[in-house]
Amino acid sequence: MTKTAIHKKYLFYILSTIIVVIWLIPFIIAVLTSFKTMDEISFGANWFKLPEKWSLEGYITAWKNAHIYTYYLNTFLIAAASTIGALFLSSLGAYALSWYNFKLRKPILIIFVAGMLIPFQMLLIPVYKFSVNTGLYDTYPGLILFHIAFQLGFCTFFLRNFMITIPKSIFEAAKIDGANDFKIYYSIMLPLIKPAIAALGILEFTWIWNDYLWALILIQSDSKKPITLGLTTLQGQWVTSWNVIAAASILAAIVPIIVFLMFQKYFIQGLTMGSVKG
Amino acid sequence: MKKKWWIPYAFLALPLTMYLIWVIIPIFQTFILSFTDWDSVSPTYNFIGFENYKMLFYDYYFLTSLLNNIKWMVGFVIIAIPIGLGIAMLMDQKYKGSKFYKTMMYLPMTLSFVVIGEIWTWILEPNHGVINEFLRGIGLGNLAKPWLSDPDLVTYALIFAALWRQISYAMVLFLAGLQSVPTEQVEAAYVDGANSWQRFWYVILPALRPAMIIAVTVNVIDSLRAFDIVFVITRGGPFYSSSVMANYMYIESFNNYNMGYGASIAVVQFFITLGFIIWYLINSFKKEDNL
Repeated sequence: MTKTAIHKKYLFYILSTIIVVIWLIPFIIAVLTSFKTMDEISFGANWFKLPEKWSLEGYITAWKNAHIYTYYLNTFLIAAASTIGALFLSSLGAYALSWYNFKLRKPILIIFVAGMLIPFQMLLIPVYKFSVNTGLYDTYPGLILFHIAFQLGFCTFFLRNFMITIPKSIFEAAKIDGANDFKIYYSIMLPLIKPAIAALGILEFTWIWNDYLWALILIQSDSKKPITLGLTTLQGQWVTSWNVIAAASILAAIVPIIVFLMFQKYFIQGLTMGSVKG
Repeated sequence: MKKKWWIPYAFLALPLTMYLIWVIIPIFQTFILSFTDWDSVSPTYNFIGFENYKMLFYDYYFLTSLLNNIKWMVGFVIIAIPIGLGIAMLMDQKYKGSKFYKTMMYLPMTLSFVVIGEIWTWILEPNHGVINEFLRGIGLGNLAKPWLSDPDLVTYALIFAALWRQISYAMVLFLAGLQSVPTEQVEAAYVDGANSWQRFWYVILPALRPAMIIAVTVNVIDSLRAFDIVFVITRGGPFYSSSVMANYMYIESFNNYNMGYGASIAVVQFFITLGFIIWYLINSFKKEDNL
């Protein structure tokens, strides 16, 4: 290596390390705080100090007394059901929009794309009103069905963009062999778009896991709240117990972080594609 | 091969119906509601023409929220984009461990805004918050400020917190864009004696144009729909000084039950966003001839 190349390398490591450390400070503080005891916190907040004794007090209180356990189950249920529903329905729609030639193809595609870019505020009041009128307010199905519908725009757009890259000859051949349309969708298209489904599923799961606004609008009972909404409820009750809030925040964050670390490539791909959705 | 015209519609029936019910029809309903005085409780409402919109012009809290959205927009565009681009340029290397650095930088993006809000609440907290404790610790205690209770500072404090995630996001978009920068051109410029600044300015930056368009659009739209961080950290307070349009719209509609008025705020926000959406759509569909 030349001298400048070596300098460049050192510069990269030094600058990158400094930036990453600065970037992670909020995280590090949250983790350290979550392992401190109430005594240590009330004695004086020294944020950067390691806990005197690494204690699980915050986590245990959050999990048991602060209902994080219930919020967790709710979040899993809501995120998993919504993701599966959105993937299934959007794959049906995207299949029709990518492979068939029909009169309303273009208008329908535009409806999906335009809807995905609309600011969410435009939906708040009517969706709330609809939920109340139909009895879906404050129920899991109410929130799940909404999430599915709301994500359909982006999911359909995403999967359709992937499906149009698949050569049509594959389907022509299957058709000549006498396979019906649903069978072609199910046994040829779905296996071919598995990577796209995986990328999209990961992204959708984390998005819905992290949703706050729609749970705030559509859920009222504490027993049905997802973790984001639960966390803000906690903030009111445990306002001075920073270790409990920190532990609850870490618990809320840990699932998306693990999903991200496991599937980073897919996550980033999807994110770059879905950057402007509403 | 016999063509059955209804087959694509059969595939689309369920997704399209759901989409119409929960997304498309509500958009029109919000438009209609914005011309009414509905209070969310009464079974009926009156059409009052443009009254709600006229009221917005004289509503100090709405105008504050609108101005704050503009501050968010300017902050996102002039801070998140250059810093995100800078970090992306720095980290777009093949050195051992560069992937690890990138992964760490991505982490804030995986978090819910609520978690980000909780963490930044302690960072910005006036008495024992991280920033103020740190400033006192290094002898700069006079710089310690009540970040979240001073009406002149609070919006900037919230933007600062939001930038943590936003810069990471901009970085992701630029890193993706950098993959399409032709290395031959960069090398050719190097051979021609261009220094690194010239290579950046004349070769890399023009090649990043598509990524730049996306990054600007994302940051503008994200700044216009800012909600969760504001709502979790300050709820728009003190006295609406840190409110943004989405937050004010929520409070008017769901706390003060002025649904008609709330709808008009949403419509204003919709039209402000619309320009950027159209600009983005034109740019992203230009290359799609088969739409």
